[in-house]
Amino acid sequence: MSDPATGLEPVRLRWGWLVAMVVLLLAAMLAGITVGPAGIDPGQVIGELLGVGLAGRPSTLTSIQQAIIWEIRLPRVALGGLVGGLLSLAGASYQGVFRNPLADPYLLGVAAGGGLGATVVIAMIPGAGSILLPLAAFVGASVAVALTYAVGRSIGGRSAVSLILAGVAVAAFFTAVQTYILQRNADTIRQVYSWILGLLATTGWREVLVLIPYAAVCGTGLVLHRRLLDVMSVGDEEVDSLGISALRVRTTVVVLATLATAAAVAVSGLIGFVGIVIPHTVRLLVGVSYRSLIPISAIAGAAFLILADLAARTVASPAELPIGVITAFVGAPFFMVVLRTSRRYVA
Amino acid sequence: MSVVIDRLSVTYSPGAPVLRELSLSVTAGEWLGLLGPNGAGKSTLLKAIAGLVDHTGSIRLRGVDTASIRHRDRARCVAFVPQEPVIPPGMTVAEYVLLGRTPHLPYLGTEGRHDLSVASSALSLLNLEQFANRSMAALSGGERRRVVLARAIAQQADILLLDEPTGALDIGQGQNALELIGYLRAERPMTIITAMHDLTLAGQFADRLLLMAGGRIVAEGPAQQVLTAEYIREFYQANVEVVSVNSGVAVLPIRNGAR
Repeated sequence: MSDPATGLEPVRLRWGWLVAMVVLLLAAMLAGITVGPAGIDPGQVIGELLGVGLAGRPSTLTSIQQAIIWEIRLPRVALGGLVGGLLSLAGASYQGVFRNPLADPYLLGVAAGGGLGATVVIAMIPGAGSILLPLAAFVGASVAVALTYAVGRSIGGRSAVSLILAGVAVAAFFTAVQTYILQRNADTIRQVYSWILGLLATTGWREVLVLIPYAAVCGTGLVLHRRLLDVMSVGDEEVDSLGISALRVRTTVVVLATLATAAAVAVSGLIGFVGIVIPHTVRLLVGVSYRSLIPISAIAGAAFLILADLAARTVASPAELPIGVITAFVGAPFFMVVLRTSRRYVA
Repeated sequence: MSVVIDRLSVTYSPGAPVLRELSLSVTAGEWLGLLGPNGAGKSTLLKAIAGLVDHTGSIRLRGVDTASIRHRDRARCVAFVPQEPVIPPGMTVAEYVLLGRTPHLPYLGTEGRHDLSVASSALSLLNLEQFANRSMAALSGGERRRVVLARAIAQQADILLLDEPTGALDIGQGQNALELIGYLRAERPMTIITAMHDLTLAGQFADRLLLMAGGRIVAEGPAQQVLTAEYIREFYQANVEVVSVNSGVAVLPIRNGAR
């Protein structure tokens, strides 16, 4: 639909890159479901997923193999995909509304709040783990961001910088409380530490089902804001002069991105680097427009985390490495290479 | 579109108003040049007209009080180009100019065919077609100015507010920028209000000048009346000589004391 007179192209989703990322995601999922101590070959996995899952034909696998695919690996791959997608989506959105390339999903105190919530449950209510822990992490993360928002408004009104500074203060405070609790309950340090490094542990499909509504609402909401995120790149004053309230856009996007992050943190702990590495890498591939960046980052983040999780459970098998270690270990050097090869964005 | 302002006051911090009960009117199609030393309130006046700062008093656009219209409808009437527009890194010229269509789109909407054709005519009006797919970061200062103007043109507003349109440009680029604004006004009727530091250029291009100091209007009228050595000494604390030239007047700074 380019304009005949000048050949002006509309700003739109880069479909080629979207399809490429979907293919990558499918390949990552297949690898995630196939690779593991119980060897099931890819052909059998595809046959099982398509034949049994979609066509309803009787399975050719043993019941143990079936259980491994449907109850262990598939939920884990689905969880990795959702968490990676949500973190990457939230990171891209934060970078947009704060016009800050360093913004990550944990910017406004989500990590510290979630960490405190988890620590309180682990230290004070032993054995309450799998049900109470995600809830406490979610509540802690939400409270921290709400507090950041209230403090930010009271110190600097509408500016983005005051919000970021408030986030720093709130995070410092929550971390101090968390450290105090940890220090008084030294026996729980190991458990808290493993939560902080991130873990995609599943108990069947429960975590996935918990995340799906958040992914649907936040994903839809943020995709709808893709053009407004482009508008936000000219700064609050000019955004306002274009008839859009920058404050309203920022508030809505921050609420959606925070919900997405808090939900991800609640089920998987603090998985670093996804929210910053993936959106930047995607930006270098597809350009700075959020119309491509938002959907493609989400898919790329999903693929990345599935592969990182695959590495986390195979590299030191049978032991499992914390996934946060993998994302940083692989992500950091990869990010440096990406930044070096394309300096135009940074400059 | 006319602009009528009545007893406009703007206060950022209590007790120190930036604009004090200022009243003025600009007729449709007029080019008004705002002058005054730093801190006189020129930028604030432009921002108040664009709806970017809280104020008391009234601003009427073609007779309609801005308090009664939605922010987006106001942005369809008024385009504002700040002194230092934010240039988003990595964005292409076409993407940037299309941002000017924002007030015409639904809140969560995207551009349609009509918006593309408005943006492409804005680009061709400013002779920027060949830059459409280039990155904003790759443009020179003068080219960026033109792209920013193209965005304001794509906004299709009848009132164009420009804060220091010649700021940071060299003498030739500055002159070109103003010639361009004059050309745009000839192409499609617009009311133009510019805040300017260059008194000579302001006098040569604007239809009428308005000299501000301390948030008030201290003189207004054609260049010959406003650009006098006395006013400039009083309000800018500058020693100048004002000479008549073919196209109007020129303000020449004169060094104080002997060499």
